[in-house]
Amino acid sequence: MRALDTKVLRDLVHMKGQVIAVGLVIASGVAVLVMALSTLEALRETTDAYYERYRLADVFAGVKRAPEPLSDRIREIEGVQTVQTRIVKFATLDVLHFPEPVMGQFVSLPESGPPLLNQLALRAGRHVEPGQHDEVVVNEPFAEAHGLTPGDSLVAVLNGKRRLLRVTGIALSPEFIYSLGPGALMPDDERFGVIWMNRKALAAAFDLKDAFNNISLQLTRGTRPEGVITQLDRLLEQYGGIGAVARANQMSNWFVMNEIDQLATISRILPSIFLLVSAFLTNMVLTRLIDTERAQIGLMKAFGYTSFEVGFHYTKLVLGMAVVGIVVGLFVGGWFGRLNTQMYAEVFRFPLLLYRPSPSAFAIASALSLLAALAGAMSSVRRATRLPPAQAMQPPAPPTFRRGRLAHSRFGRWLDQPTRIVLRNIARWPGRAALTTTGIAASVALLVLALQWNDSLNYLAQSYFFQAQRQHVMIGLADTRSATVMHDIEQLPGVLAAEPMRIVSADLSRGAVTHRGALTGVADGAQLQPIYDDARGVEIPTPPEGLVLGITLAEKLGVGVGDRIWVNVLEGRRPNVQLPVVEVVETYIAMPAYIHIDALNRLLKERPSVEYANLRIDRLEESRLYAELKKLPVVSAVMLRQAAIDAFYDNVVEHLMVFITMFSSLACILGFGVAYNSVRIALSERGRELATLRVLGFTRGETSYILLGEVALLIVAALPLGCLLGRLLSQLIAAAFNTELFRVPLTIDPSTYGIAVLIALAATTLSAALVRRRVDRLNMIEVLKTRE
Amino acid sequence: MTVTLSASGLTKVYQTGDVVVHALRGAELELREGELVVMLGPSGSGKSTLLNILGGLDVPTAGTVWFRNRQLTASDEASLTEYRRRHVGFVFQFYNLIPSLTARENVALVTEISSNPMDAAEALALVGLAERLDHFPAQLSGGEQQRVAIARAIAKRPEILLCDEPTGALDSETGILVLAAIDQVNRELGTTTAVITHNTVIGAMADRVMHMADGLIARVDENPDRQPPDELSW
Repeated sequence: MRALDTKVLRDLVHMKGQVIAVGLVIASGVAVLVMALSTLEALRETTDAYYERYRLADVFAGVKRAPEPLSDRIREIEGVQTVQTRIVKFATLDVLHFPEPVMGQFVSLPESGPPLLNQLALRAGRHVEPGQHDEVVVNEPFAEAHGLTPGDSLVAVLNGKRRLLRVTGIALSPEFIYSLGPGALMPDDERFGVIWMNRKALAAAFDLKDAFNNISLQLTRGTRPEGVITQLDRLLEQYGGIGAVARANQMSNWFVMNEIDQLATISRILPSIFLLVSAFLTNMVLTRLIDTERAQIGLMKAFGYTSFEVGFHYTKLVLGMAVVGIVVGLFVGGWFGRLNTQMYAEVFRFPLLLYRPSPSAFAIASALSLLAALAGAMSSVRRATRLPPAQAMQPPAPPTFRRGRLAHSRFGRWLDQPTRIVLRNIARWPGRAALTTTGIAASVALLVLALQWNDSLNYLAQSYFFQAQRQHVMIGLADTRSATVMHDIEQLPGVLAAEPMRIVSADLSRGAVTHRGALTGVADGAQLQPIYDDARGVEIPTPPEGLVLGITLAEKLGVGVGDRIWVNVLEGRRPNVQLPVVEVVETYIAMPAYIHIDALNRLLKERPSVEYANLRIDRLEESRLYAELKKLPVVSAVMLRQAAIDAFYDNVVEHLMVFITMFSSLACILGFGVAYNSVRIALSERGRELATLRVLGFTRGETSYILLGEVALLIVAALPLGCLLGRLLSQLIAAAFNTELFRVPLTIDPSTYGIAVLIALAATTLSAALVRRRVDRLNMIEVLKTRE
Repeated sequence: MTVTLSASGLTKVYQTGDVVVHALRGAELELREGELVVMLGPSGSGKSTLLNILGGLDVPTAGTVWFRNRQLTASDEASLTEYRRRHVGFVFQFYNLIPSLTARENVALVTEISSNPMDAAEALALVGLAERLDHFPAQLSGGEQQRVAIARAIAKRPEILLCDEPTGALDSETGILVLAAIDQVNRELGTTTAVITHNTVIGAMADRVMHMADGLIARVDENPDRQPPDELSW
């Protein structure tokens, strides 16, 4: 090995503490990047493969009742390759040993052979036999939640009739990766299941012989769904079509894609922070090293090494540090990526999982980290190459200090000399102090970012589940009913109050922008689920006329109070009218458009009707009410608020803990790395000064004060800065995470800042303690013997 | 005459790897109150090791050191620190000033932790730097820096002033200025002073000259008439 290369290796070993600290920061950045990129890749590949293999449709549409022959006309639409008509209905289920009503989404299977589209991945048992009207296949998460296995049975209330059904198989479907019950925000596998049954059996139960109420299309390659949807909507209109959606807007796929997008956001923002910090750290370490090696640089040049060779020598040192970090980061990132993908696979219930990260994720992460480290090192390497040999062999001129304004002030006179040393060092190298402060602030910011999620989601849940929704139970009726049904509902056992609600599908548009959503009809003086402004925390009285829009919807349509929008109702007589926006409310979840229920009924030219009822109940009568609801034919859906809250916390908190733990560890590494390097470098630069103080009779504690006081002061400055940065970063990420369904309200509890600050202090204190041990071992004699 | 510092049977053995170095081999000496001693010897004779042990910076492998009636060789790390802090002033070959502090502040660094110090400005005036109080080390010449170091060493009114090659990094003219400052402090404050040098000329300003060789004090010469430093030349 060449002598210079031997020197690189020895230097790396000699500076092992700093190499480890820089390496850890680089490794963190690489690990996050590899994790995010490889998980992204795996999720995309897996969903693509899943959709492909099980033939997920490209367009989905619901309709009230359409005759089967219509499918031939639909097949003739240009770009349509395959058509699959189905019957899809909601019904309540009665599962053994489970007191609460359970919702089932029944989906028909062709009488013979597998469905052309949206095929099932059978996990256990067998498919239903042709002609068997009591056989069903249930989706796996639901089966697991209730311990159902092939051979078990369950009771369903199909169109008012109780039917005993036998489970023959357990399956997964690409259509229900994310399976949500009506009105639910989060999957709740105990209370919502998908059930596949023979077409004839469902047709008989719901009186849909030779008819369908749901259709899926596969398009020819390269066909855009928009044109097909327009034609499909036109064909279905007279049969009660409620608007087709493309795969991108199909609920399950929308959620999956949304998760993937959020992951992509993380993969952009977080690694950037680590790469910047690692650039700064390599700069700091190398600048210091080159200062101490001036004489050696001079010597190398005197011996005839070229500037390039000298520069390359120090570049190799940086490469050495970076490579240590990158190798660790690649392994950890690959491992995290697998864990993360498995976690997603569990949430999404993929029947197959493709985790085979391509070299590109690893290559991108390695290349970016190398570049960042090299960029950080560039200025100091250039300085080394520019040193003329004669000058390099001279000791560097002592740094010049100036007395600041502080020294002359009254406060300045009161300062003791050690404190002056601390302050002047900061003032002498403001750039370095700023970088240290920024680095530690970045670590605090990451901690705030990680911890605030808990606050924000808690706030979201509080606002949505407790302030905006006060009903205990919401029931959905099998069909639109006359408002008089409310009297019957009020008579049910345990019902303290009942309020009607109506939701109809509608296209809302202004200019070229159309939103396919719904109108929610709210009663006068609604108390159980009023129109609610989440940000202001106030109820909005239901206006007699006009629309109240959620802000996300108002922004999407680009409208405000006083504007008029087109409302094209997709149900009933399908009125198409212009309505004024009378109020815009801040909402965190969904994109509601509220209207007075009477106005809605007038719009539809219907007598007072309801589709949903919100109930407030007596907890003591709960089980009697549930038993009653399971029997009622008019009830097709029962949603319990408590179950929704539990599902929200189960789903979110589990994810969140992993996220918080991972981010907090990374933030600690960052804080540790920055603080350790700052203190370590200060020690090697000022070892002589500190040893002198020891000789002069300063105790170890007093000596450490000068060294650690400086970084302590920088940390103190970094804490509030970090909290501020954390807030900005959280805002940035929250904005990036906003979707049409969720807008995360940024909320940071004061205690969150406190915890972030404490964790950051612990990490930096640890690094200071490690260096402090070196102060204790300072060799007083050695350092006085020679000029540095 | 009272003895301020005494040492007997001082041995110091360094072992680095397989190499064993006997820096001191049973050195004996006394420093009497108020005297100025010059220790002469070639490099490697053990001068610095001896000074470090006398100053409480290092501990001998064997032998005892007494400061008045206190046995330093039985002290722990903390009480050696206290000994240096209260009783010893050091002057080094390379000054070892704190670059971020002015001359006055460098002196104040020590007076702040002493019980009965003189004013920093007064100490600097004593070494002829009354006009350079607010200059930083980078703004001072080598000789001036060394005189700041002497002011720093004597400002706490130490009983002992230990100087390790104080003129080693200076030209002769500047060196003499520095020696004059040491001589003045010794005469005016009565501080027991030991100066290490390999420059035999400097011996002329001492009360006694100790010649070191091979880790021992080979010979001690009494010098009844001390020469003032400004009469020295080399």
